[in-house]
Amino acid sequence: MIDKSSKGLLSESSKEKIEGLICIFPDKQSIILPVLHVIYDQLGYLDSKAIKEAASITEIPDVYFEEAASFYTMFPLEPVGKYLIQVCHNISCTLMGAESLIDYIKEKLGIKPGGTTADGLFTLVTVECLGSCGTAPVMRINDTYYENLTKAKVDKILETLRNQA
Amino acid sequence: MSFEPFLLTPIPDHDKIDVYLKHGGYTALSKVLKERTPEEVTQEVINSGLRGRGGAGFPTGRKWSFIPKDTDRPIYLCVNADESEPGTFKDRELMLKHPHMLIEGAVITAYAIKCNRAFIYIRGEFATEAHQLERAIAEATEKGFVGKNILGSGFDLEITIYRGGGAYICGEETALMTSLEGGKGYPRLKPPFPAVSGLYLSPTIINNVETICNIPHIMNRGAEWFKSMGTEKSTGSKIFCVSGHVNKPGNYELPMGISLRELLYEYAGGIKNDRNLKVVIPGGSSVPILTADKVDVKMDFESLVEAGSMLGSAGVIVMDETTCIVHAAYVISRFYQHESCGQCSPCRQGTLWMYRILDRIEHGKGKMEDIDLLLDICNNIEGNTICPLGDASVPAVRSSIKYFRDEYEYHIKNKKCLVQLDQRFE
Ligand SMILES: Cc1cc2nc3c(=O)[nH]c(=O)nc-3n(C[C@H](O)[C@H](O)[C@H](O)COP(=O)(O)O)c2cc1C
Ligand code: FES
Repeated sequence: MIDKSSKGLLSESSKEKIEGLICIFPDKQSIILPVLHVIYDQLGYLDSKAIKEAASITEIPDVYFEEAASFYTMFPLEPVGKYLIQVCHNISCTLMGAESLIDYIKEKLGIKPGGTTADGLFTLVTVECLGSCGTAPVMRINDTYYENLTKAKVDKILETLRNQA
Repeated sequence: MSFEPFLLTPIPDHDKIDVYLKHGGYTALSKVLKERTPEEVTQEVINSGLRGRGGAGFPTGRKWSFIPKDTDRPIYLCVNADESEPGTFKDRELMLKHPHMLIEGAVITAYAIKCNRAFIYIRGEFATEAHQLERAIAEATEKGFVGKNILGSGFDLEITIYRGGGAYICGEETALMTSLEGGKGYPRLKPPFPAVSGLYLSPTIINNVETICNIPHIMNRGAEWFKSMGTEKSTGSKIFCVSGHVNKPGNYELPMGISLRELLYEYAGGIKNDRNLKVVIPGGSSVPILTADKVDVKMDFESLVEAGSMLGSAGVIVMDETTCIVHAAYVISRFYQHESCGQCSPCRQGTLWMYRILDRIEHGKGKMEDIDLLLDICNNIEGNTICPLGDASVPAVRSSIKYFRDEYEYHIKNKKCLVQLDQRFE
């Protein structure tokens, strides 16, 4: 195993971004959420070591970051698959078949919500309204929305991602 | 009367500044900066009758006028782009297709309230939309519409995009501010109201994206023009977000006061598969349901209250006869349980119990007493919470029991839905 502890997890570019955030706001504390975004963008989840590194750059105690990390549900707190599939199961999507969409993906990937495929490619989670109810059912994979889903579309999306990986 | 949408105008490439300029973009701003005082701008907005489009419908100009005149603190503007009310998806389209309308509106608003620092708080999941806004702000800055000494007027405004982290509660204005201040998005008790003591304890105005997008049009065409649309107390146009069982779901900008029937059958293409309408939630999942016999209700603030619901965020969720009301209430209660911030116990406990009970009814383990227990919980949440999220969890449950108690009873007795569920995905 590579020991990352001495080297640090944050990339140079993430560190630069965090440093760049420090003077933007009237109150420094406001950078907590933007910093979490930087960590999430780089790692795909909020690693507690990375949080400590960020905290020391900003000179804000890491507990503030940890507290925020546990409050904002958009960021996974553990490593997830390369593709985080977030299927909306709120009301408009449910009316348009979200429950059977979730069943379909479950079966197709052989995982339950919260699970990750053995090859580490896909993690499936259910989420609340994504603000795209007019094009239901909807899912988001990493930062991209996929709308008006059908079985054929889901097949194609997952296949394309698998080939890209 | 033919109505031409002005917010969701069909002009192609309207997100590009050159196209926006070609169609009269930023003329309102330059006129305002040259010819109007901040007080005159506020007065025009008051005269227009514009009311907030984020859900509460508070008169926009009046809100602006609450900023203390003698404050020596900086004044802030927060544009609420959190858009998380289930059934609502209009601000997303405005930001993607018409970002400059929002920016122009924000600059005029900031001028009116004498603010030099604006934030656009956008829900974290809207990554594409956030980038779109960043891009548009850079374009506008380059042309001198944002930044220092805007169009040579001496007025400065810096606009910062602030991305949320996937918490519905942060759309509530006080939670939005605590989130922006750093850390958890816990709501605060009001008063003090944000206009007096808001972000960083400074006077702050919070307005919804759609509200702000109306401002350039009101400044260009005048309060009288705006008032010529809609009803006496609900002026202007409104973007209705139609989702669920209709043939053409989507955003429809129409005059306030249009009938629900016209919206659903003329614009949204009618109910899918020629089925019958069962229920409409007219204002996002936080407002009471309307039964099909109310389909002639006018879609404005007052008429919807009279009909027993609310305009809310105008998220019009349509359910046909194959929808099980218990199932729908269960799905909605899961949302509030998930999103309760946990700060106060009536909301944290109440939403959890509501969800647990609906979960057991939905899954065939309910008891007859559960129906009244649900109503009891509703009464215990309502009015007893720090912010309105708790209250927002009540209407769907209470109104569904009010109109469909027989379906609940059937569900409990027979351990299944009364109707043939048809919520397929193919
Ligand atoms: C739980 C909750 C969530 C809300 N979410 C939003 C939202 O996503 N967007 C929004 O504009 N207003 C939302 N609001 C309303 C805001 O608190 C506030 O009234 C609004 O942003 C004011 O702007 P307006 O006057 O232009 O409507 C929410 C309110 C509550 C109680
Ligand atoms: S209900 Fe799924 S995006 Fe709104």
